[in-house]
Amino acid sequence: MDFFSESLKTALELITSRDPDVVSAVTVSVVVSLWSTLFASLAGVPAGVAVAVTEFTGKRAVVTLLNTLMALPTVVVGLFVYSLISRQGPLGGFGILFTPWAMVVGQTLLAIPIVANLTMSAIKGADPRIVPTALTLGAGPFESIRRLVVEMRFGIMAAVIAGFGRVIAEVGVAMMLGGNIRGYTRTMTTAIAMETGKGEFALGLALGLILMTVALMINMALNALQQR
Amino acid sequence: MNSLRGIILTLVALVVLCGAASAEERLKMSTTTSTQDSGLLKVLLPPFEKKNNCKVDVIAVGTGQALKLGEAGDVDVVFVHARKLEDKFVADGFGVNRKDVMYNDFVIIGPKNDPAGIAKAKTAAEALKLIAARQATFVSRGDKSGTHMKELELWKAAGTDPKGSWYIEAGQGMGPVITMATERRGYTLADRGTYNAFKGQKTDLAIVFQGEKGLFNPYGIIAVNPKKFPHVKYDLAMKFIDYVTGPEGLKIISGYKAHGEPVFFIYKK
Repeated sequence: MDFFSESLKTALELITSRDPDVVSAVTVSVVVSLWSTLFASLAGVPAGVAVAVTEFTGKRAVVTLLNTLMALPTVVVGLFVYSLISRQGPLGGFGILFTPWAMVVGQTLLAIPIVANLTMSAIKGADPRIVPTALTLGAGPFESIRRLVVEMRFGIMAAVIAGFGRVIAEVGVAMMLGGNIRGYTRTMTTAIAMETGKGEFALGLALGLILMTVALMINMALNALQQR
Repeated sequence: MNSLRGIILTLVALVVLCGAASAEERLKMSTTTSTQDSGLLKVLLPPFEKKNNCKVDVIAVGTGQALKLGEAGDVDVVFVHARKLEDKFVADGFGVNRKDVMYNDFVIIGPKNDPAGIAKAKTAAEALKLIAARQATFVSRGDKSGTHMKELELWKAAGTDPKGSWYIEAGQGMGPVITMATERRGYTLADRGTYNAFKGQKTDLAIVFQGEKGLFNPYGIIAVNPKKFPHVKYDLAMKFIDYVTGPEGLKIISGYKAHGEPVFFIYKK
């Protein structure tokens, strides 16, 4: 069996025919991942900046913790959130398990450490004279940090892109919290896992190629944004 | 900054669209992978969804997990195949109104040359005994699914406690297990529906033992008890159960074919 050429052919067919299941899986993947990235950036960027520019006791521990969380297996995050939002869990009353929102929650938690860590690194790599200079020129502490962030926007954007890359590619959270419901919470990755389970390796690979194409296009768009 | 605003606006628009699409009611059903993988649900659900303006969210997992989702109140209805576990589920007060839907049967599949010679066995238990005696490779689901439960039942009947390097506990669904058994040239217990979907292109394993009444595989559908979980959509769940076990649903089930062969059979009334 020539999986690869067969799946290339299948991928092209799926794209040109705009197969509704594939369109829906791409949409769910992209929408859920963008939301997660947005929330993770709202939390992770300020956290990363704060850790980078302030000195406090236990800072090293916080940095180590952030590094460890970056390596957190997606199924662990999935399991943790699952235990919270299942009807038996403390947040069960909202009934969000097996909805796209459950996936957004899980993926946001996955992406925060990455965004925070890479933001922190970017800020630490900044010219150390930016803040003092701004302060001398009469800017307040808040304004000078804003200057720093604007100065380091490429690095921060890279952190956000890395966060997006992590969530669009992951399968553990999407499978456990979304439940792989056709047309609702089925993402590209859970569709690939399912098709592989059904022995449809060529179709799985075809979906993989489509996912990579989509990820490439989004990254190109974000990069273009960064260049401006 | 303008571009950032653009992204946010796009996101908001997408969410509004998603919100509009999800205005209809959603019924959550946990079921075994075989009903989904066989393709049955693709033809069984749409007429019901259309008539009741709802969506049936299918969470396809092993029977054990499917029942657990019901016990947690995370789904509204369960559609599974493990009679003993189903009865316990109802007896423990998690489910109500269990109804028989359909059945098919389990088969033992393995390499065509049948290295353990199980084709001549009289019962499924005897066949497993032969596999154990020869230490022929056997791949077990090992995932507390309905099929796994049946397999454990058969080992018990055979008086054998399967252990050793020949006995592989995969911890995966039926599809991956058939793939694994094919790669490792081993035997496995499979439901006929999934095997039919795999035979030919995806596996060269053959049915080496079948047709014993111990291999009967009935499917049941159960509503999650609204007294225990007030949030479940009991009325819609009952409508669904009535549909599946009514003339329209049964006609779709008995008429459904994969590779030209029926996958599920309904009880003659």
